[in-house]
Amino acid sequence: MSRSIVTEYQTVDAVKGPLIFVRGIKGISYGELATVTTGPETSMLGQVIEISDKFAALQVFGPTRGISPATARVRFHGEPIEMSLSPLILGRMFKGDGAPMDGAPPLIPAHRRDISGAAINPVRRELPRDFMMTGVSAIDGLNTLARGQKLPIFSGAGLPANELANLIINNAGLAGEGGRFALVFAGMGITGREADYFYNSFHQSGAIERSVVFLNLAGDPVIERFITPRLALTAAEYLAFDLDFHVLVALTDMTNYCNALREISSAREEIPGRRGYPGYMYTDLAGLYERAGRIKGKPGSITQIPILTMPDDDITHPIADLTGYITEGQIVLDRDLNRKGIFPPINALPSLSRLMDHAIGADSTREDHRQLADQLYMLYARGVEQRRVASIIGEEGLTEADRGFVRFADRFEKDFIHQGESRRDLEQTLAAGWALLEGMEDRDLVRVSREMINKYRPERGDDGLDEDKQT
Amino acid sequence: MSQKIIRVAGPAAQACDMGASFMGEVVKLGAMGLIGEVIRIEEDIATIQVYEDTTGLMPGDPVERSGEEFSVELGPGLLGGIYDGVQRPLGLLASGWGNFISRGAQVPRLDRSAKWDFHPIVAPGQMVTGGGELGHVLETALIIHKIMVPHGVSGEVAKVFPGKRTITEPVVELRDGTRLFMRQKWNIRKPRPVHKRLPSTRPLVTGQRVIDSLFPIALGGAGIIPGGFGSGKTVLEQTIAKHSEARIIVYIGCGERGNEMADTLEQLRELTDPGTGRPLMERTILIANTSNMPVAAREASIYTGVTIAEYYRDMGYDVVALADSTSRWAEALREISSRMEEIPGEEGYPPYLAGRLGAFYERAGKVTVAGRQETGSLTIIGAVSPPGGDFSEPVTQASLRMASTFWGLDSQLAYQRHFPAINWRTSFSLTHRAMSRWFTENVGDKWPTMIAKTQAILQREEELEEIAQIVGADSMEEKERAALEAGRIIREGYLRQSAVHPVDVCCPLPRQMKTLETILGFISAMTAAVGRGALLEDIITSPLVERLLRLKEAPPEGLEPLMESLREEYRTFFDSLEEK
Ligand SMILES: Nc1ncnc2c1ncn2[C@@H]1O[C@H](COP(=O)(O)OP(=O)(O)O)[C@@H](O)[C@H]1O
Ligand SMILES: [Mg+2]
Repeated sequence: MSRSIVTEYQTVDAVKGPLIFVRGIKGISYGELATVTTGPETSMLGQVIEISDKFAALQVFGPTRGISPATARVRFHGEPIEMSLSPLILGRMFKGDGAPMDGAPPLIPAHRRDISGAAINPVRRELPRDFMMTGVSAIDGLNTLARGQKLPIFSGAGLPANELANLIINNAGLAGEGGRFALVFAGMGITGREADYFYNSFHQSGAIERSVVFLNLAGDPVIERFITPRLALTAAEYLAFDLDFHVLVALTDMTNYCNALREISSAREEIPGRRGYPGYMYTDLAGLYERAGRIKGKPGSITQIPILTMPDDDITHPIADLTGYITEGQIVLDRDLNRKGIFPPINALPSLSRLMDHAIGADSTREDHRQLADQLYMLYARGVEQRRVASIIGEEGLTEADRGFVRFADRFEKDFIHQGESRRDLEQTLAAGWALLEGMEDRDLVRVSREMINKYRPERGDDGLDEDKQT
Repeated sequence: MSQKIIRVAGPAAQACDMGASFMGEVVKLGAMGLIGEVIRIEEDIATIQVYEDTTGLMPGDPVERSGEEFSVELGPGLLGGIYDGVQRPLGLLASGWGNFISRGAQVPRLDRSAKWDFHPIVAPGQMVTGGGELGHVLETALIIHKIMVPHGVSGEVAKVFPGKRTITEPVVELRDGTRLFMRQKWNIRKPRPVHKRLPSTRPLVTGQRVIDSLFPIALGGAGIIPGGFGSGKTVLEQTIAKHSEARIIVYIGCGERGNEMADTLEQLRELTDPGTGRPLMERTILIANTSNMPVAAREASIYTGVTIAEYYRDMGYDVVALADSTSRWAEALREISSRMEEIPGEEGYPPYLAGRLGAFYERAGKVTVAGRQETGSLTIIGAVSPPGGDFSEPVTQASLRMASTFWGLDSQLAYQRHFPAINWRTSFSLTHRAMSRWFTENVGDKWPTMIAKTQAILQREEELEEIAQIVGADSMEEKERAALEAGRIIREGYLRQSAVHPVDVCCPLPRQMKTLETILGFISAMTAAVGRGALLEDIITSPLVERLLRLKEAPPEGLEPLMESLREEYRTFFDSLEEK
């Protein structure tokens, strides 16, 4: 596709929001990269998002304020947006548009790749099956993460999503993979404080040397957010499928990304979908999230942890909703739990890991894992329901059995979900789960088999050591 | 040739000098020869829906007309395959182009080199017409593939070529020189003709208790599964693909996850048909156009799937086409429509959304096939993914008007891990009544009464739940609390069914009957005992309840005696309560 002659035009017709329209063009292709020069020292990148024999519409990744059609010049590159890749990318930090921000020179490319990526052929996908321990009970025990999964964190303003992500990065990444671990971090519209938080933590854990960081800060151009995750995922694919790394990709905050999409869409005067977000947002997000996974015959993997902030804590908001429709589950943070001082404040009920069943069981975690998780879910759901009823009619209105469920829910949050800064290994997580079943009526324990109950449930006052169990 | 591209916007392109083209014509665009289909012609400008990523196309690029309608290729070799939305074999794409889907790949839809052993049933001198059977080949160990005369063709047989042939070699020659092959083409947007549509009076048995017992779907019916994310649409579709009593399955992954398709493929290769021990993939065709594959091909994928399904229906099979998810198809339609700058209807969907959906579900049905005295059926089951789980949105509403069976999934049930999360209050089966005779004859005389009883118990539980939320369960009468308990037993012990438990995953109808009978027997006895003054507490703390709830997990061997002894024991138990 690439041409040898680079073409430059001074025929900018109109500037509208993040869009620039160029007239009288020839030989320009759909999706092509362009550089828009707006002043002696200022230029920015753009991409052709519509082309006809009369004009090209460019989406530009910088602020268009101040651009004058009279002086702007547009140079087309003859190819889609590509990035340079080489093994030396590990340890580097880039701005949201891919320019180095660590003072080091740009990479000398061993490869150049189109950042929009290509779909993995479904028949070449290897199902993620390897258990990835995060050290977090609510995840490992109830919504197990598999290597190669895409599992987002649904957060709310002010909830500790970053802290949770950080915990996962430190445990799941570093602990498990030895030398083959790499971290790719893409920040979109995050604050300097957030960026520092991650940066310091990666420094402390030593992860920084095995990371590639892309940062678009809150003050950076909004439309640049459109490319930041694509750069990150292109780097991740290179690390995973060319260099055999197990890559963990953290994308935060997807809400800012989606708002950038909305801005582009409204500038194009497209018919908005729900709440002003473009109708193609599902497809656009899928183009990012589906770039996780494993490929047959390749040792590497891409695990994605996108973070998003649900406006108004609303899980039906299009950003959370469309994400949930694409990703392989979600970890949902909850304001009430956070208020109660529970960390991590994960609401188990709407949380889900769709790949859990592939990653757990006798050969990878433990034979009782599925049953125990199901049982805890059932009891907790009943407890939460009774708690709701009690809030209407008062605790006294409940039967003794129902009060038992409420007590279970309280213990579940306090003793199982809550773990503070500490890390639990899988044995500890499962033991904490079984401990909650102690004292529950057998008739309420039908999601765990008799055999598992006899084997794993501690007797009243059991100190956890093996003892002869009576039935 | 002066047809040239004049505009490109996402999956839509426009070309000039296309006055001679026609709607539905296949065209190739640019140097890579990207495939597209003409979807609008105005004067000499054609709008083209492009089935591949359009990056790199530019105004001035050539457009090559094919003169042919967009169609699928039908013939032996389809079964066991996995294709993209425009029927390109993904296996072949992978071996030629590697791990990622690449553009401009030109591959044959069906294997041209495979030889099939053709067994003719016609002889020279015989008259044949469209839809008539020429003979058959054994396509897989599970399925005999009938070779049929293409629609619109008829004449007298002159020559027959039995034995091993490829699909490009003729198997029959007619007197007028027309040569007939084992493959034929069909425009995906045109339903294949049938002789007559028949009312459907029997169910597609799925092995899912809540479906077969409460909301059965007719063979030839149209069912929809709306539900928010994580409510269990995909698992339900996969379970039906694996365990329903269909002869042929066409599973259409339309704009959903790549891993789910890999998973479905893997499971169907591993699972075997209980009768023959052959992999279930031998009766299955997968269409996989995942969310990150081209949007225009996603739009085509459901038609590609349903056309292939009709083709097997025409052989006289009971075929089930599963589409996951029709909402992603509708979104693809919306995106193409918006790029064509059409006037949008509700929520940006084109005004013809409901019409298209209707036409799609209308392709379901039980029929006498064209050209032969044989019946076949096509059952269509579509998942719907309403934004925010809100069923009032256009796609769910339009689908609802077409569906004969509605399995509404409920996120609250899913949160409690009650699966299948089919909401028994809102779901319905319009054909249930029409099938009741079949159930009486094939399951048992008592079946309709048992089902009515089950529904009544659930209904009563719901009413009482509401009351309990006002006055508290503690202040309710023993009788009412027993009714609440009865509802719980039905839900836990019968409706809930695990897709991962080796036994529970599929519950054959006779077993459904016996399980339900045992459970209802217990409930009646419990209600009676409480009526006579027994304490509910004494009943629900009995280990019998737990055994009742676990009945569904008991291995099929020894099930009969197990149920018998359970019934015996609870009778004795209730008698003993009496004596207290
Ligand atoms: N019948 C079932 N038995 C057990 N688990 C189920 C069942 N149906 C759904 N699930 C659970 O729910 C999750 C989400 O189901 P899925 O079908 O993928 O939802 P959807 O397609 O509606 O988003 C699955 O990963 C699985 O854990
Ligand atoms: Mg699904």
